[in-house]
This record gives sequence, structure tokens and C-alpha cells, in this order.
Amino acid sequence: MTNMAENNRAVMGLKEKFASSLLEIKEFRGEVTVTVKKEDIIAICKCLKEEMGYNLLTDVTAVDYCGKAPRFMVVYNLYSIPTKDRLRVKAPVEESDTSIASATCLWNAANFLEREVYDLFGITFTGHPDLRRILMTDDWVGHPLRKDYPLQGPDREPYKGRLS
Amino acid sequence: MGVDQQPLGDNIITASLDGLVNWARKSSIWPMTFGLACCAIEMMATGASHHDLDRFGIIFRASPRQSDCIIIAGTVTKKMLPVIKTVYEQMPEPKWVVAMGACACSGGIFDTYSVVQGIDEALPVDVYIPGCPPRPEALLFGLMKLQDKIMKEKNSFGSSIGLGERLEPAA
Repeated sequence: MTNMAENNRAVMGLKEKFASSLLEIKEFRGEVTVTVKKEDIIAICKCLKEEMGYNLLTDVTAVDYCGKAPRFMVVYNLYSIPTKDRLRVKAPVEESDTSIASATCLWNAANFLEREVYDLFGITFTGHPDLRRILMTDDWVGHPLRKDYPLQGPDREPYKGRLS
Repeated sequence: MGVDQQPLGDNIITASLDGLVNWARKSSIWPMTFGLACCAIEMMATGASHHDLDRFGIIFRASPRQSDCIIIAGTVTKKMLPVIKTVYEQMPEPKWVVAMGACACSGGIFDTYSVVQGIDEALPVDVYIPGCPPRPEALLFGLMKLQDKIMKEKNSFGSSIGLGERLEPAA
């Protein structure tokens, strides 16, 4: 934990209000990342949006740390148009319970972004108005960006390197 | 090859009518305007003034109903495949398929779950053009090969008036 992350305005505000839900605060090359408990993600995002000016949701994505627990990390990239600040909020999601609250109640931009995360990682967003696949076909089985999904598809023999 | 396969008989009139029909067809290949990836950029460059496909009578059409040929120019994803099949089915006979570039021929570098490993899994391909993407000269050469292939077809006239099948040259 460096001074920059400590002195970040948003981090100080979050520490005051959500001290028990903060798991980790990190700064790397000027980028501040806050890891929080998934139960409080909406409360924290609401506070960041309405009180600290992070009014733009740039991206929602996820990371699959296959083999580790918790397996998934849902990542929210926030931007404050008034102060030109960026903030990354992450929330761990267990493989046994891949649900997390939807941020569509705060940002409409979350609608398609969360559909993409659902499509490719199989994370279900509770409270999402229209949670269905967005990139893969509707009848697709599985979630291709999971690390245990076969790269060449489940119906093909995997590539084992050059034969010659 | 014989009379039974060419109902109008193997005489000089039939042969020259086939030649006339083939010549008309190869001189007015109208491809469907259908681009899928970077190959489409090269296809547009081939159609533009410098390489000028118009001099072969190749004029891109905006409707499959007016097209003779579909150039599969780019990566075919599994999500796009039903669309391509629909477009192909909407084209009137006779129709030809050109697989342009490595992706359309074999999936190319995209050996993944979402990409069709060659359009020949779904459509009958007449000409394969290698390259990633092929230069306009390569596409021109491929289309000239298609013209050669059309010129070798048999019973083109007979099949167009409902007598027998059009016979494509073997390879």
C-alpha cells in the first residue's frame, strides 16, 4: 500500500464508510485498485457515483483465476468526468456461487457489459433486466473465456503441437 | 460423357450454344457484396479503379437475388454462418463460391471455438485463394480461374431450358 493510494480521495472516503468491506487497496503506476466484498458492491458503487463523482462506468469485465479460490474477480472501471479521475473496483466471486448484484440500477451502461461477462464467464448478475448471451449464439453451451474451456471448442480434438 | 448425359446430343449446335452461354456467364460474374474481415478491404481495392473488376464484367450487386457468385472475403464465425447460408440460398442458379484468403479456406490463424474452419464445411467452394489477405492481383487471378472453370462447363444451355443438369468440369 503506497501513499498515493492512501491519499486518494475516493479511497479515504471509502475507508470512512465501508472499512469492513474493503479487502485490498493497491496502487500501480498511478492506477488505484480497490478490492471489495461482493455483497457491498452496489452500496460502494452508489457512494462512488453519487458522492465522489465517479459518474461514468467505462467497463465491466472479469478475470478467471482458475484453480484458485475465489475463482473469479469482477472488475469495474470507473471514471469521474468532473475530476478526470479513474478508479478500479474489484469484487471476488466464488465458483460455487457465481452471482453478484447488477450495476444496471446505477449505470445503464452496465446492461450490455454485464451481458458480455455473463456470456463469456458465466457470472450471473442478479437484478439485471435482460440477462442473456450477447456475443455467442443463444444456443451456445459453456462460457468460452473460462480458463477450463477448450480453446478449439468442446467438439474438437485439442491441438497437441506440430507432428513433424 | 455421351448422349444420355447431354440430352440435346453431342452435336456442334449444342456445343456452341454451351460456349455462348458459358461465355456470357463468365463475362458477367456479378458477385454478392459481402465482406467479412480484412479480405473485404482487398476485395474493395480490387473493385476500385486501379485494379478495376468492371473490365471483367464483374460488378458487385447489393442483392443476392441479382448475384451469380459470392466471395467469402474473411473470417467466418459460427454466429455468421447461418447468415451466409441464407444469402447463398437466396442466390439464383447457377452460382459459384470463391473462398478468399486463409480464413475462408481453412479458418486461418483463428483455430478457435468460434470460427468455422473453412467455408467448405458449409458451401461448395469453386475457387480457393490463399493469402492473408490475398493481394488484389491474387483475387483477380482467382476470378480468372473461375472464368476458366465456367468456360469448361457442359450442358449450360440445356440445363437452362430444363433439359438435364449442368455439368461442372472435374477439378
